[in-house]
Amino acid sequence: MSKKTLIVIGNGMVGHHFLEQLVATPAAADFDIKVFGEEKLLAYDRVHLSEYFGGSTHADLAMGTADWYGENNIDLRLGEQVTAIDRAKQTITTPMGDYAYDELVLATGSYPFVPPIKGNEHPHCLVYRTLEDLDSIRASSEGAKTGVVVGGGLLGLEAANALKSLGLEAHVVEFAPRLMPVQLDADGGALLKRKIEELGVQVHTEKATTEIVEGEDARLRMNFSDDTHLETDLIVFSAGIRPQDALARSSELAMGERGGIVINDQCTTSDPHIHAIGECALWSEKIFGLVAPGYTMARTLASVLNGDREAAFSGADMSTKLKLLGVDVGSIGDAHATTPGARNIRFNDEQAGHYRRMVISEDGKKLLGAILVGDNSHYDTLLQYALNGIELPQQPETLILPESQGGAPTLGPDALPETASICSCHNVSKGDICGVIDAGCSDLGSVKAETKASTGCGGCAALLKNVVDSELEKRGVEVSKDICEHFPYSRQDLFNIVKVNGIRTFRTLIRDHGKGHGCDICKPAVASILATCWNEHILATDHVPLQDTNDTFMANMQKNGTYSIVPRIPGGEITPDKLIVLGEVAKEYDLYTKITGGQRVDLFGATLSQLPEIWEKLIAAGFETGHAYGKSLRTVKSCVGNTWCRYGVQDSVGMAITLENRYKGLRAPHKVKMAVSGCTRECAEAQSKDFGVIATENGWNLYVCGNGGMRPRHGDLFATDLSDEELIRTIDRVVMFYVRTADRLQRTSVWMENLEGGLDYLKQVVLEDSLGICEELEQHMADLVGTYQCEWKTAVEDPEKRKRFREFVNAPEKKDPVQEWTTERDQRRPLLEGEPA
Amino acid sequence: MKARTSWDVVCTVDDLVPESGVAVWTEDGPVAVFYLPHRLPALFAISHTDPFTGKNVLARGITGDLKGQPVVASPLYKQHFNLQSGQCLEDEEVAVKTYPVLLDGNNVRVEVPAANKESAAA
Ligand SMILES: Cc1cc2nc3c(=O)[nH]c(=O)nc-3n(C[C@H](O)[C@H](O)[C@H](O)COP(=O)(O)OP(=O)(O)OC[C@H]3O[C@@H](n4cnc5c(N)ncnc54)[C@H](O)[C@@H]3O)c2cc1C
Ligand code: HEM
Ligand code: SF4
Ligand code: SF4
Ligand code: FES
Repeated sequence: MSKKTLIVIGNGMVGHHFLEQLVATPAAADFDIKVFGEEKLLAYDRVHLSEYFGGSTHADLAMGTADWYGENNIDLRLGEQVTAIDRAKQTITTPMGDYAYDELVLATGSYPFVPPIKGNEHPHCLVYRTLEDLDSIRASSEGAKTGVVVGGGLLGLEAANALKSLGLEAHVVEFAPRLMPVQLDADGGALLKRKIEELGVQVHTEKATTEIVEGEDARLRMNFSDDTHLETDLIVFSAGIRPQDALARSSELAMGERGGIVINDQCTTSDPHIHAIGECALWSEKIFGLVAPGYTMARTLASVLNGDREAAFSGADMSTKLKLLGVDVGSIGDAHATTPGARNIRFNDEQAGHYRRMVISEDGKKLLGAILVGDNSHYDTLLQYALNGIELPQQPETLILPESQGGAPTLGPDALPETASICSCHNVSKGDICGVIDAGCSDLGSVKAETKASTGCGGCAALLKNVVDSELEKRGVEVSKDICEHFPYSRQDLFNIVKVNGIRTFRTLIRDHGKGHGCDICKPAVASILATCWNEHILATDHVPLQDTNDTFMANMQKNGTYSIVPRIPGGEITPDKLIVLGEVAKEYDLYTKITGGQRVDLFGATLSQLPEIWEKLIAAGFETGHAYGKSLRTVKSCVGNTWCRYGVQDSVGMAITLENRYKGLRAPHKVKMAVSGCTRECAEAQSKDFGVIATENGWNLYVCGNGGMRPRHGDLFATDLSDEELIRTIDRVVMFYVRTADRLQRTSVWMENLEGGLDYLKQVVLEDSLGICEELEQHMADLVGTYQCEWKTAVEDPEKRKRFREFVNAPEKKDPVQEWTTERDQRRPLLEGEPA
Repeated sequence: MKARTSWDVVCTVDDLVPESGVAVWTEDGPVAVFYLPHRLPALFAISHTDPFTGKNVLARGITGDLKGQPVVASPLYKQHFNLQSGQCLEDEEVAVKTYPVLLDGNNVRVEVPAANKESAAA
């Protein structure tokens, strides 16, 4: 049987998801698949578009790879716009020619609506939809001071945040009397406005723009109908979206009155060979401007093409949970109480800035909708009540009251029915999760890998963890927090025991609080705790046997049993003389030399017995240990900053050196990395570090708990426009709180994800001192900074300690016979296994 | 015929590090000697060579006990070896060589096969 041709127009989020679904079915083999995308870039995650300004690239945001298309024999034609459909001939037209189809899928998405205001064609009037749009905004922001977003909806506020992150003074102009008119009511909108204005974005509601003209002090001036005006250097229109339905219109498919391609439950248009999915499709008179419904349509259509007669799209929930400029906003179901007989319960704490509204049914038994501003912690529970029609408790108001006023605890995962949707992005129900657990998944990670739950927008992460934990516990899988068989405690428990009882050695701790002799799990953990509490030299005899070999010998063991040496180069700044010393030492000992990812130099291939000699030379030249071996501060990376850089606004190198010298040697549950960028361009990639500092005109913005490596995480913005002193004080507190409360080998990113209350809680502890411990945290840090010693300096000066560095204690001259070497690119390196000498 | 062995002095008590290991060179190659003062016996000797990588590193591992057995963890890929039997806890089929070891006054002696010396001499 000859293959049929399937053409997909549009390579956006939904079009891509459709292909992923289709190739997983047997039907994929029946089709030659062609995809046309107007954008030059492979489908990318538009939902996280704004992260492009935070440093993400197209590659980070891409939904798939060109290789994936190749492997699945999909002919992907990017940058090729389809200009016409001939339904009679079953062909489409592009500037490159005509193509025949048997089945056609329209996944053309939508386009931003630009209101017909005189002057809106000015080059500094822009929109916010594609990566190209963002490039234009970035270009326009060069030399600009202020930016205005027209439209105070969800996307408009996100665009305002983006303008702010580009260093512009941001304004939002909204026609309606409040922000987010679709999702919020008057009180919610007013609170959101207040919160956003506190963050430095000015909000102008009830403003109708009449024209845009040349400005006097800025590039442009917007004149409003109330005879006021606003000057700005650029304008971003975000006044709603319109379905991209031009092709359907010109080929006379059935259309909605206000646009949109009409589809039935099978996502098929008025022409049985043409289908439409995503934001261009109109189902039951509704356009769905969110990605989850689009994905559901994509799944439905893939099933339909695979011959499934039952598959049907049945609408989608439009509830949303967002963080806009750091402010929580949630809107569920019938938020505006349009259902006849609906009643409201409102909780409005203007002091704390929390607003919650429940819309309940006439009989008081069902939750119909809700609005949340300022605090989304009730969202998951309320959503489950609304989606699953769970009967409300006797006094439903307890669901939104603060706990101190008798508020109910959140709905336990047990109360959810099997059909409860846990992850709407990937359509995973509680039943699906139970299914994969029964099939053998025994932790959160494998459940995620198996079901894809919480790998979309991530909004369901907390709920997913609760469900998984509770299901595992039910099945008798113990979710144990014990560090190992020797101590029935978590790292945090052990920390408190050591601190409170003044314990200074491992033996005392295990004798009084544990059992046995310890192991390679608990010993290094306790060593790190002891170091934090008492900061004694790590080669003190009591501590030696606790350390991982890297710590014991203060160098990183490499695969052939030799070590690498990484001297500290604070901030990556080094004098030519010091650089020459590094070169001379490397040459003398024939050490393979490489620049690390942390802006310093790694010297590989030193034997155990060479380490003290090498360090003697390095110390004489003024170097200190870089702690590359320890669970401690690694480097503080920096860009060159305002000393040289044309864009720099602060001295990033100077700050990096200050931070590195302050925190060097500090022992932590895991390694800690920091970076400082001299302006918002973020050349030091600070947001991927545990602590990232980015210069602003007025000081420093601090990001916390970012991560590179295997599971990258962007740091969370923690505080803005800090002075030097405020910055250091804030980092002191967060670092110390992490050191005290994190689990063994828990990076700050994972610590944050597991911290109950998350970022907001951490802010309360550190910025508002809600636990009353900030002074103690600072004092503890000051003690540690005061007792810093370079471990290598102490070691080379002490003959007893140097004794540890004999390769064979009875044969000082003996060389390790198994180290075999070869030369590559003019440097010595170990022979690989099986490689001939 | 029982293979001939000799009890070689490999180091002194002062060379040992409590709760940890040191490496010594013997007629049978590199050997790791561990001193765990809170156990009886307190001395253990096993091959210094990590059987998974062939590198001489075991003396530099962390010691301890797992389910009551004295163990050292390889510093390279962290497999555990029973200090008495040499058995690897993660892989039944792997074990390291063990050596009888004793304290003679201030000297630590390890029993190594003497055959090597002779065959080398022959
Ligand atoms: C900044 C921003 C934030 C968002 N945040 C969220 C959020 O938090 N949660 C949420 O659920 N949704 C969010 N959305 C909405 C979400 O991105 C969309 O629902 C989703 O992208 C729709 O997917 P789609 O495939 O239908 O359309 P698109 O992703 O727009 O893809 C359509 C593609 O078709 C191409 N195309 C159009 N016409 C043609 C033609 N004639 N020939 C060839 N190609 C053509 C277009 O160039 C485009 O690449 C956000 C959107 C934006 C812009
Ligand atoms: C066997 C364990 C590891 C060793 C010995 C090791 C060693 C190193 C060393 C020596 C550096 C140079 C940094 C410096 O200048 O101090 C480095 C950098 C780095 N390592 Fe590792 N590493 C290990 C594991 C990991 C893992 C598991 C990850 C990922 C989760 C990781 C991620 C990184 C990153 C991202 C950098 C670059 C840092 C930067 O750009 O600032 N490393 N590592
Ligand atoms: S981040 Fe640093 S190097 Fe990059 S542009 Fe800004 S000041 Fe210059
Ligand atoms: S990325 Fe892998 S191979 Fe490279 S240094 Fe890190 S651990 Fe080693
Ligand atoms: S709901 Fe978006 S990832 Fe689960």
